[in-house]
Amino acid sequence: MTAALKVTVTKKIGDFELDVAFTMESGLSVLFGPSGAGKSLTLALIAGLIRPDTGTIVINGNVVTDCARRIHVSTQDRRIGMVFQDGLLLPHRSVLDNVALAVRHASGRQARRAVARSWLERVGAEGFADRRPRSLSGGQRQRVALARGLAGDPDLVLLDEPLSSLDSAVRRELRNLIRGVIISSGVPAVLVTHDATEAEELGDVVIAYNDGRVTGRRIVEQPVGPEPPRRAPESTESG
Amino acid sequence: MKRGRSIAQTLGGRQKAAIIVVTVLVGFGLGFGVAHLMAGSIAYWGVVSGPFLLTLRVAVPATVVAGIAGIASGYVLAKGRFPGRDLLETLGSLPIILPPTVIGFYLLEVLSPGTKVGGFLTRVIGHVLVYNVTGCIIAATIAAFPFCMRAARTAIEGVDPLFEQAARTMGLPNWRVALKVTLPLARRGISAGLTIGCARALGEYGATLMVGGDINGKTRTMSLAILDSFTTPERNTMLLILVLMAITAMTGVGLLGRSRA
Repeated sequence: MTAALKVTVTKKIGDFELDVAFTMESGLSVLFGPSGAGKSLTLALIAGLIRPDTGTIVINGNVVTDCARRIHVSTQDRRIGMVFQDGLLLPHRSVLDNVALAVRHASGRQARRAVARSWLERVGAEGFADRRPRSLSGGQRQRVALARGLAGDPDLVLLDEPLSSLDSAVRRELRNLIRGVIISSGVPAVLVTHDATEAEELGDVVIAYNDGRVTGRRIVEQPVGPEPPRRAPESTESG
Repeated sequence: MKRGRSIAQTLGGRQKAAIIVVTVLVGFGLGFGVAHLMAGSIAYWGVVSGPFLLTLRVAVPATVVAGIAGIASGYVLAKGRFPGRDLLETLGSLPIILPPTVIGFYLLEVLSPGTKVGGFLTRVIGHVLVYNVTGCIIAATIAAFPFCMRAARTAIEGVDPLFEQAARTMGLPNWRVALKVTLPLARRGISAGLTIGCARALGEYGATLMVGGDINGKTRTMSLAILDSFTTPERNTMLLILVLMAITAMTGVGLLGRSRA
């Protein structure tokens, strides 16, 4: 079976040196460790936003980075989806258009919007399809960001601390949603967190990071959970 | 009040922009039409209407061309990493620094059929580029260009690169990132540059005088006509019209910038 992701990279930035190697299969893998351990840097390398000094990155059997052979596939051509810490939804476009922009395999505006609408339904965000991101709460924005990350039919989805800016009640709710939607979509995912509870509840595999190194790897038995909540609750957040 | 707001909210950015453009154009048209009907009441309208229309014929295409070229070069300067970038910006900014007559002199050197370059250009284009409306448009474009370019560069550099990175992870090629993300996010700064560029094109004097030649009925724009009629009473009518044109144009472009794309 082809590994969903193989990473063997080094990268030096100032005094910090990242030197990691890991492989992941399907499901949701969590990179867990303290702030500054190199987790988000690893995601940026996988996404192709930064080039490593040495090493290789293989996504779904496709070599996207190989420093020795000077291969560096552009971010656009890596077929990834990404969910950022604060959503990074485009403020000048509606929620629906934000998601539709990420749809790769549909021709025509209406077809792309139809795919986007179905993803918004899956994350319980169909109710605010026509709203602008600035009018959404933090939890609602992350639902939309999750839909956008998956709407492009990616080979791999990367989630960079998607819950860290939310309050605890919303975090709990979105943990269930993220795991449910990603597992049901069948798209392998890598999630970064420094929260131990989050790592335990979300990951099929938890890869521990410390000071730029992988210090452990543990398989987590996840219970077969309920379907992810479909309806977005009225948020209590201010934004 | 509430109803009005809800209608505004239902309009998309493009619809709002279209409404503003149409309103400004209709405003100009109505103003001009009413002025014609009241020609007997408005002092010297017959004298000023020609330069007024010519100024519009010059300023509108000059703003469009300077805007497109300014945004494109501002983007290259903001995003490009190549030696001589700052030198290029300095060269592009020369029309701000140099006296307009100097710009006019160099334009004559480049465009006049009597010079080597100008002769070549005239043969290639098949059209004389000086002492006609084309010359006035070129002069106004050169005058407006640096304002559009500098504003576009600053605005584009101010866009948070994380939004562009997010767009790349969605598979958008760089040209779509520019059109769908960077330029819309930079639109306020860009429209401020277009506003100033438009005002500069409306009021261009020195280079237009040299390249256009201040020919009555052919290349005499409002700003040239105002100087020509400085000792006559119709200058007051011209000054008033030019001020109203500038206010209308700048308000329109400003509203365009504020409407959400």
